[in-house]
Order: sequence, then C-alpha cells, then structure tokens
Amino acid sequence: MIERIKRSELKNRVWEMKNMGYRLVTMSSVDTGEDIEYIYHFDKDLNMVNFAISVPHGESPESISEIYGSALLVENEIQDHFGVSFTGLALDFKGSFFLEDEVQKAPFCAMSIKRQESNAEGNE
Amino acid sequence: MAPTVIPFGPQHPVLPEPLHLQITVVDEVVSEVLPKLGFVHRGLENLVLKRDIHQMVQVVERVCGICSCIHAHTYCMAIEELMDVQVPPRADYLRIIWGELHRMHSHLLWLGLLADAFGFESLFMQCWKIREKVMDIQEATSGNRVIVSVNVVGGVRRELTPEQCTWILETLEEVEKELLEIKQVFIDDFSVQKRTRGVGILSREEAYESGAVGPTLRGSGVAQDVRQSGYGAYSELDFEPVTEPDGDSYSRAKVRFREVLQSIDLVRQGISRLPQGESRVKVKGWPEGEAISRTEQPRGELMYYIKADGSKHLERMRIRTPTFANIPGMLKMLPGVDLANVPVAVLSIDPCISCTER
Repeated sequence: MIERIKRSELKNRVWEMKNMGYRLVTMSSVDTGEDIEYIYHFDKDLNMVNFAISVPHGESPESISEIYGSALLVENEIQDHFGVSFTGLALDFKGSFFLEDEVQKAPFCAMSIKRQESNAEGNE
Repeated sequence: MAPTVIPFGPQHPVLPEPLHLQITVVDEVVSEVLPKLGFVHRGLENLVLKRDIHQMVQVVERVCGICSCIHAHTYCMAIEELMDVQVPPRADYLRIIWGELHRMHSHLLWLGLLADAFGFESLFMQCWKIREKVMDIQEATSGNRVIVSVNVVGGVRRELTPEQCTWILETLEEVEKELLEIKQVFIDDFSVQKRTRGVGILSREEAYESGAVGPTLRGSGVAQDVRQSGYGAYSELDFEPVTEPDGDSYSRAKVRFREVLQSIDLVRQGISRLPQGESRVKVKGWPEGEAISRTEQPRGELMYYIKADGSKHLERMRIRTPTFANIPGMLKMLPGVDLANVPVAVLSIDPCISCTER
C-alpha cells in the first residue's frame, strides 16, 4: 500500500504524479528511531498512491513545494513537529509555523530544535 | 498608494476560532496574504502514545466538535482495517445516519455564520433556528448535542428504535420545509448575491491544483466527493456530488445549501434501508501495520494515517483535516479581493481551526 522508494527518486516520482494530474493529499512523517520516514499521499479520481522515503536524523529532506505549492504548509508543520529543515522550501517559517519561537523541543521527536538565523528577508 | 500590511485575526468578529492572516493591501485591495497558525494547537496526534486505541476514539472526537462523529468514524475505519474487523451492516448505516446529521448541522451553522458575516441578522437566526431541530435529533438519539460519541472500534454503541426513526423522519420533513422557505432568500436575494457573487474566486484549475477539498472544490465545479468511494453504507445509497461552476463565495454557499437537502435525502434512504441485527462486534487484541482511511466531512476530505506495532498504543497517527487542505486555496482566492470582502471570502471555505491545528 505504501511503496518505499529511494531518496534520490523522490523528485522524479513527484513530477510524475504532477504530470499525471494527481492531487497532493498530504504528507505524513514518522520517527522510526534511526530515520524519519516521509510519506507522500496523492489522489486522482479517488485512487490513492502513497510512497515514502527515509531520511536519517540530522539530514535535511528536499522540499517538494516547487512542484506542489500546497506542500509548503505541511512541510512547515513537519518542521515544527519533528525539528527538521526542508531544503528549498518555498516559504519557510523556520519551525515557528505552529509553535512559538521560544519552543526548544520538537513535540514528535526526541531531538531538540536548533533555531536557524533567517537569511531571507520577510521570512523571520 | 504604498502597500499597507493589515493583521486579520487572530481575534476577529467573523472568525469563531483564532486564525491570523497578514494581509498586504494596495488601495484597499488585497495583494498578498501570509497565514500564521498555532493558536489552538493541542498536539492531539501525540496522545496516541498515552491512550490506547479504544480511548483514542474519544480523543479524535475532540479534534473538532462540529464533525466529531465523522472523525471517530474515520479513525475506527482505519483500526478496523488493520484488525480485519467486519463491522455489521446495521452499524454502517447508523454511522452514516449520524454522519449526515452532522453534515446538516455543520452546514446550517456555517450558513448562519455567513449570513452574520454579511450583516443579515434575521437570516442568521433562521438558519440556526432550523439547525436546532437537527441538534434535538442528535441529543435525543445520542445523549449529546454535538459530540455524539456513537462510534466505537467494531461498530456503534447506540441504537435507533423504530419510534425514533419515525420521529427523525418527521423532524427532517419540518427541517426541509423550513429550509426551502429560506432558500429563496439565500439563493435569490439581491443583498446576499451582492455580498457573495464574484467574491473570492477560485477557478476549477486553481482549486484542484491547490489541493482544495469538499464544498470549496465542488464550488469550483469539480465533482469529487469521497463518499463516492462507497465507504460504510454509501455504496448502497443513491447520490451525486453537488457542484456549482462559478468558484466564488456564492457558489460555495449554494453547494452547502444543496448539501443539506442531500443529507436529508441520505438519512431518509439510510433509515428506509436500515438492516436488522447487531450493531457492534467484539474486538480483541491490538492492531499491527499501517492503514489509511478517508471520509467526507462537511468541509471535505478527511484522511487518517495510522501505524501500529501490535501494542495497545499506536505508534503514529496522522490526521489531515479538510481546512488544512483548503488554506492554500484560500490564499489563492484572496489577492484581488476588496478588504471589506475579506471576511466573507475567508469564511467561504468554512475554516475550522481546531481541526487544522489538532
């Protein structure tokens, strides 16, 4: 039901879904201990396609917000909850989309969040 | 005129719940919008680590009061799939009867709020007056007005007697009659159209592209409704998705208005075909594996992802609520809207913030 794919295949697979007219339903993320698993859920005519990548703790997953603009909300949510940083995120709230700036721990993950200094205007 | 940044919310007369939008306007016309969430974030998904799978039914009902029944239904569907539990046919029907009652009262609540947002106080009160009859049905059949708490893993824990079914049908006849009386106002009235037509336009392509769901998607002409997938008893009921083509706030209001009438019809069908027999099976053991379940809430598609490891606690529960999916669409529809119309456009997606933030 959920296909596990390589991390390097992600962008191509997401582009494929986009070109076939699939809608991004959402993303889910699970802390498996060693890795964080990111599951991508798509839908077309009520048929779902789900695939997942695993990314080790401390490494940054790639954002798909350049392909599906609506992904930026869920990616920001995952940043808040799991203390990770997506690369290439179209609008980056840097861990304060849901949470306040003073929060130092990711609720869904044993890791602590290290706040990054904003390097883009208007993204603080 | 230079761009001006205006904070919209988190406390705003038109919003029943806190949502903050940073709106940039040029000459009182919106040019850009940035959302900020987190005012009612409760971390309910994380409670799976502390509550067992049966207790979690009560937790998910509290993700959102207005569509609590459908949250519990969706969660139970996922657990039942993992545990290979076959729910009795009667429970499938009872679940959709209470679910459609929820859709009715949610839409009537929203129609009233919309009327209030554009300053039509008597219409607001008429909608809520009609809604009370639906609330009475929920209270009489479940003991609660809003959080009916009928679903359990394995079926439902309340029954409908033949006398209650007759009374529900009689009450819904009154609801339908009163609704049709205000239809002329909601659909044809000049002032309603003046405040909603052409406000917050979301084209068919934009709606689909942004991942919009429910009446927000169907109000842009896309005929997609998760109930078509036939979960529960829907595969045995006759209905078509309600759509409107224009993609504005008026279209979204018309979709919801027509969906109340559709829900009345679905409850009638459900009661007329209600099978006899058990409404609950005993569930033993704990789930293991991954499951995804989807249902159609009043605001649109609801999705649960569940991961279980065979213990009494789930490993992970992820909830994607419809408002979360409709926010990108809302951000697309707002640029170009007059500042004075922003409350109507925001309200037109029926935002549920406690759902969105969980």
